[in-house]
Amino acid sequence: MAPPSSDLTAAGPKLPMKRALKIYLEKPELAGILLLVVLMAFFEVRSHGVFLSLQNIRGVLGLLPEVGAVTIGFAMLMICGEFDLSVGSVFAIMPMSIALMLNAGVPFWPAFAVGVAICAVIGFLNAFITLRFDIPSFITTLGMLFMVRSLTIVMSGGFPPLLATDKVPMALFTGFIGGGLFRASFIWFVALVLLASAIMSMTNFGNWIRATGGFIEAARSMGIPVGRVKFSCFMICSILAGLAGTVQVFRLQSPFPNLGESLELQAIAGSVIGGVALTGGVGTAFGAVVGALLIRVIDNGLVLSRIDANWFKFAIGALTVFAVVGNSWLRRTARRIKLEV
Amino acid sequence: MLAPIISIRGLHKWYSGVHALNGIDLDIDSGQAIGLVGDNGAGKSTLIKVLSGVELPDGGEIRVEGRPVAIRSPRSAMQLGIETVYQYNSLVPNMSVARNLFIGREPLRFSVGGVGVMNQRKMRRDSTRAIVDVDLHLRSPDTLVAELSGGQRQGVAIARAMYFKSKVLILDEPTNHLSVRETAKVLGFVKGLAAQKVTTILISHNLHHVFVSCERVVAMARGKVVLDKSVAETSIDEIVDVI
Repeated sequence: MAPPSSDLTAAGPKLPMKRALKIYLEKPELAGILLLVVLMAFFEVRSHGVFLSLQNIRGVLGLLPEVGAVTIGFAMLMICGEFDLSVGSVFAIMPMSIALMLNAGVPFWPAFAVGVAICAVIGFLNAFITLRFDIPSFITTLGMLFMVRSLTIVMSGGFPPLLATDKVPMALFTGFIGGGLFRASFIWFVALVLLASAIMSMTNFGNWIRATGGFIEAARSMGIPVGRVKFSCFMICSILAGLAGTVQVFRLQSPFPNLGESLELQAIAGSVIGGVALTGGVGTAFGAVVGALLIRVIDNGLVLSRIDANWFKFAIGALTVFAVVGNSWLRRTARRIKLEV
Repeated sequence: MLAPIISIRGLHKWYSGVHALNGIDLDIDSGQAIGLVGDNGAGKSTLIKVLSGVELPDGGEIRVEGRPVAIRSPRSAMQLGIETVYQYNSLVPNMSVARNLFIGREPLRFSVGGVGVMNQRKMRRDSTRAIVDVDLHLRSPDTLVAELSGGQRQGVAIARAMYFKSKVLILDEPTNHLSVRETAKVLGFVKGLAAQKVTTILISHNLHHVFVSCERVVAMARGKVVLDKSVAETSIDEIVDVI
């Protein structure tokens, strides 16, 4: 063993840098952020400077809140160790029920509240069935995906009803603000990102979510109410999905019954690209946003670079695998940086 | 004369046809270090689960410092000052040492209905101190538990129990799967507890570990206490005979 004094002089000055490098490599959202930067540079060059033009950024950011909100809720649920395949269907049922209630003469805010309540009930049922009967949430929510979709189509009678746009306070949802750069939904989305990040990193509830997904036996033996934590996450996930769908319908002004189909796959891809572990316990809300933004950037960038849009799904698929491989490689590298603990 | 810190009378527990605890009577005095031994299926894990609030008993009475109590959940056990260190189940690998130390008992700056913003500065500062107090040396409270060795992890779990001033610390096979050196370290932690007058219940397969770190040994077989003597009055051979 080397004498401690020489050890100190050798490792001393380098240590803070080594530690910083290790800490950054261990950040689960790092791979997503790096990919985002690389892809944005690539599309900027390929599109001859159109990609980062104000007009185009406005387009990308206008769509981001919808997929982004779903992905945040999905990621929180995944961090706590569960899964929700029904987000795409819930995305459709809330705006559908609001549109039908408006047409039946219900004022906007009561209709909106009932819509949120419907989503909360679906989330509650997802949690209840999963936990009460101890079955994988993958199965519960796969069933819910079909049931809620079917309900939405039955409710609509197969045709999109008219949206009573005059009853909706559009300025609060999709109206342009700040000289037309953002829609109101973007402000809500930024608030949501900040709130979700704060919950995950600064509150005891965030600690419990991570512990529940990270190692449920430890969480339980330390007295964390793991059941209630999961119920909350299921309900948050469903409500965010419903709200996102509502914003999309208000933007498109027509509640299609097949809205949000296969959205659950984008939410999984976004979460995973953003560094959320499929097994739970690892990930951040910010990472989920990066993942969702990456999907939007690819969607938009392919069009701008005049690449056949049918490559979109290929790109998302490749990116998902690449991001996960990259992430585990980064974390292994971090582990290999030997620091005395 | 002080009442025993834990007093158990006629404790029963069935698991679908198996009489796991068959009328346990046991008094544990404050500050004692007790070794709980027995073969697999003897009922020692069940007894520990009942004391730590993981399982509810089917009959019998538990008193803590003379008062009859109902231990309905791990949280209620902790509120009574009974803390358990499991062989694996007590730390979350993907979380930092500081967060693990305060898991479920986070100090909050303010809260609404039990949920609020954690005081992370206090968590880092106090966890550093708690870890030094059990003579464990870690460079940073931000280290992930996944990067610690098995012995260091048990040290963190014991530091946690000490920080929260547990009166009774139950250690369930704390040395399983540890190297010889790490085992010695953990047994050192246990001895440190006795010096600080913490009541300790050590469950172990290894009778040598019990003999070096406990003053009293309780042996169980088929759901009953079959031997209860001070370490000085018994021998490993006698215990092997009864279990």
